[in-house]
Amino acid sequence: MTNPDAAAPRAVAASVRNLTKTYGAGDAMVRALDDVSLDLMSGEFTAIMGPSGSGKSTLMHCCAALDTASSGQVFIGDLELGGLKDKELTRLRRDQIGFVFQSFNLVPTLSAEENIVLPASIARRKPDREWFDTVIDTVGIRDRLGHRPNQLSGGQQQRVAVARALVGRPLIVFADEPTGNLDSQSGAEVLDLLRRSARDHGQTIVMVTHDPVAASYTDRVVFFADGRVVDELRNPDRDRVLDVMARMSAPTAG
Amino acid sequence: MFRAALKSLLGRKVRLLMSTFAIVLGVAFVVGTLVFSDTLSRSFTALLSSTVGDVVVRPAGTDGAAEPTARTVKATLVDRLEKVEGAARVDGNVNAFGVYVIGTNGKVIGGNGPPAIGANWTGAPAGHDLEGAAIIAGRAPAKAGEILLDSKTASEGGYVIGQDVNMVTATDQGPLTAELVGLIGFPSGGSLNGATFTGFDTATAQDLFLGGKDAYTDLWVTAEPGTSQEKLAAAVTRALPEGVEAVTGDEAADEAASALQEAVGFLTTFLLIFAGISLVVGAFLIVNTFSILVAQRSRELALLRALGASKKQVTRSVLVEAFVLGLLGSTIGLGLGILLAIGMRTLFAQFGLDLSGQPLIMAPRTVLAAYGVGVLVTMGAAFFPARRTTKIAPVQAMRDDIAMPESSLHRRFLVGVAMILAGAGVLAAGLLDTVPRAGYFVGGGILAILLGVASASPVISHPLLAAAAWVYARIFGTIGALAGQNSLRNPRRTTATSSALMIGLSLACTMAIVGDSAKASVDQTIEENFIGDYVVSSLFGQAFSTRITRDMAQVKGVDHVWAQRFAFTGSGRDSQGIGAIDPTALRGGIGLKMVSGTDDLRDGTVVVDQSYADDNGLSVGDTYDVDLADGPHQLKIVGIYAENPILLIPVVTTPETLIAAGYPNADNFLIIDSDGTPGVEQALNAIVEKSPIVTVKDQQGFADEQRKPIDQLVLMIFALLGLALLIAVLGIVNTLALSIIERTREIGLLRAIGVSRAQLRRMVTLESVVIALLGAVLGLVLGIGFGIALMYSLRDEGLEVISVPAGQLAIFLIVSVVIGVLAALIPARRAARLDVLKAISTD
Repeated sequence: MTNPDAAAPRAVAASVRNLTKTYGAGDAMVRALDDVSLDLMSGEFTAIMGPSGSGKSTLMHCCAALDTASSGQVFIGDLELGGLKDKELTRLRRDQIGFVFQSFNLVPTLSAEENIVLPASIARRKPDREWFDTVIDTVGIRDRLGHRPNQLSGGQQQRVAVARALVGRPLIVFADEPTGNLDSQSGAEVLDLLRRSARDHGQTIVMVTHDPVAASYTDRVVFFADGRVVDELRNPDRDRVLDVMARMSAPTAG
Repeated sequence: MFRAALKSLLGRKVRLLMSTFAIVLGVAFVVGTLVFSDTLSRSFTALLSSTVGDVVVRPAGTDGAAEPTARTVKATLVDRLEKVEGAARVDGNVNAFGVYVIGTNGKVIGGNGPPAIGANWTGAPAGHDLEGAAIIAGRAPAKAGEILLDSKTASEGGYVIGQDVNMVTATDQGPLTAELVGLIGFPSGGSLNGATFTGFDTATAQDLFLGGKDAYTDLWVTAEPGTSQEKLAAAVTRALPEGVEAVTGDEAADEAASALQEAVGFLTTFLLIFAGISLVVGAFLIVNTFSILVAQRSRELALLRALGASKKQVTRSVLVEAFVLGLLGSTIGLGLGILLAIGMRTLFAQFGLDLSGQPLIMAPRTVLAAYGVGVLVTMGAAFFPARRTTKIAPVQAMRDDIAMPESSLHRRFLVGVAMILAGAGVLAAGLLDTVPRAGYFVGGGILAILLGVASASPVISHPLLAAAAWVYARIFGTIGALAGQNSLRNPRRTTATSSALMIGLSLACTMAIVGDSAKASVDQTIEENFIGDYVVSSLFGQAFSTRITRDMAQVKGVDHVWAQRFAFTGSGRDSQGIGAIDPTALRGGIGLKMVSGTDDLRDGTVVVDQSYADDNGLSVGDTYDVDLADGPHQLKIVGIYAENPILLIPVVTTPETLIAAGYPNADNFLIIDSDGTPGVEQALNAIVEKSPIVTVKDQQGFADEQRKPIDQLVLMIFALLGLALLIAVLGIVNTLALSIIERTREIGLLRAIGVSRAQLRRMVTLESVVIALLGAVLGLVLGIGFGIALMYSLRDEGLEVISVPAGQLAIFLIVSVVIGVLAALIPARRAARLDVLKAISTD
């Protein structure tokens, strides 16, 4: 409904231009992404919504340097990902990107603290102690740092995962259905944590979700269908998200 | 359920292939050994039955298995026996061993094991009218200076008809030269199994081997058609004088074959032990693979339970998988075993035992053994993992996190400790010789300890693994810490995988210690006791002409020549044989210290080594019962002496006693004392120049020669244990590959948050090295224990030095690290190549 570029008051943290991703060939060809162009704003908490198969996960994977598109460009900051080798992409993920997955977010053999500093220690860097403390306090797991993942509840595990994503001060954090496996109470805590990270610390966060409630925590919701951006909301609440979703599933979309 | 089991087998081809490999190797070893030994014994039987006539007439008491002796039957007997009813012809044979043909290149042909036969050529047909050897070119020798050879020896030596052939004999003549006038061969495709044959005319053979007597070592009586061997033998026996006996050819062949088969039986046992080791190691691999597979499939199995399958059915489905796998492995192993037997045949041909004329024998027993061993070991190994499946509750099909129920580590530890203690007791009983068949106790004790350590390993290895993890974290940072933690994650799996390596390495380490100690003992004995300046002995321990002894005594600068000879006294308690030395030498210069009795050795008496006398309860005045070539003898013990390095056999008589009993007059071993005149060694060497099998050595050379067979044996055992190590490597590959499949999502996560491919490869390699090192450390500790215990128990047998070859053990450690790195190659590559996206979305 609007040109996303026009609604950009801040700097761009990541963007895609004319991104197309296809699977298969001939009659069986599926367009997971169909000429998508989108800017993700710095310091914003953005939700990407859409039904299964709409291309939202594919978009996130392409942005997060986990997958490559068939055509088009992806920028993280000023860096164009096209043509980067696996080694450079790995380093980019390690240093510039944070991840929170739906499940299996932590390495089971490491303690919570070791999991949090894992990206830094892989790079043989010392984490910034002051920022580490800030993150731990924000996430509220200081008394759980020595525990192994299997000694933590699902919500606690997810908060540790968020801490790991934040502690490296990445350019952008990608969260893939972070509340999908949590009860509503734990889910609310994690979402609140993500919102505060964006508001208080200016962390850019992009979250893929099905859940209108989760989307209502964000600054902006981008709606996907059939591999295209079909709608977008600013400062959404649950009802407005549900409205758009209802419109999208109306019979016209055939 | 059966279909489900088969489907699940097909769905896991690669993983199962690796565990099949262990079964394949074990079965191949069993099959190869059985096929080869069957072939070997059949070929001996075939060879021997074509080397006897229908009826063999020989001096009474002759053992068909022993070397031909100088005892004879009179030539006049030939005429008498020709008149016996049913006898078609009678041929007199003159046979001797120790006629070595020297090739045109100056090297001895054959001789290492199979005999070098010298005989007269009669052309007599073998028993049952079998076509034995026949002249295939040229003619039979007619006078002195003419010989014929078997075609194989001639071609190997590079001789053609008309050329002069050089030979060395153990007779008084020493070296000989004669013209080659004919070749014999086996028109029907037999072979001499690597023995060499030199044929002379009868008169020359009698001159050479019987001192010119008109007599024969034995006679062959050929039956007329329609006369059976038994009937003919009975008829011949009636015509024989006192002191001569007649046996049927079949009996004579059996006698000879049974002695050879006894020797082959040792080899078979030896190889089967290694087949057993491969199978034990392989069983670990199978247990581990099935444990991991069952754990990974626990949700699938729980689903089957939820759908109504009984516990029994689930267990049975796992066992059906094992059965099919065992069947598959046995079949491939059977094929590989035949190849192995062919390889062994080629290998033995290198050592002079040529069986190329023999087809491989595949006995039904071999096939049964292959399938029995393969299927039983596989199913036995799968039994424990299969039983564990019954503990999976159906509700786990609905759960997200499924953990395989595991038996308690505590109980495993206690069982392991109990096995170690029991094994140690059994081993001690075996080593201290307090039980009959001590070898079984030693083997059983070692096996029990190894299995006990494997069982207790998850507990006792924990400190080692934790230490390794700590060191890794210090050296390799986070990647090292992750690798270390991974090895600690499932201690059962880590330790079961390393156990395979532990078994192989502990045995290798034991052998290294035994070999090194044996060499050190040889060195020490020689150094302390080597009197005299030179030793003269022959390449294969064969007797050589007494002329060498006489010639050497004439050399300027030689003070003494002490000649010894050995006779192998056949079966019975004295299979070690009997030695003989000239009584003047005994009293004169070899420094013999008598403990009791006298050193006044006379014909028909013996002196006995002290420890041998103690072991056998012999004392002065007793009789020593021994079966010599002409039958049982009772030799009087006149003295008991303290251990003496010169006397190589603990029972010593006079040379004349042996000659009288029918042994050839030839020496085996000379000790030479010189006064240090320069040029003595050259002069001695000049004497043996024309006898390539005889060598002159100083102390150093003698020690080297004594050490060589030990080195060769140890090397051969290492080569065989190498197979066990190969299986262990596959075990590590298998475990790592399966673990990586299990940790796909974790690997995906690591890759997503920035672990590079190289780092991931390093992580897998480090984990692999931990597994290998754990196996190596446990194996070395156990091996050192076994080796020292073994050597300690052998210290009474002249192996007094216990030497631990630190360098060799360090090499084992390094090799195990290399094994770890190599085993990780493929799994690490697979882990690094995992598609990140697919990995993180795997269930």
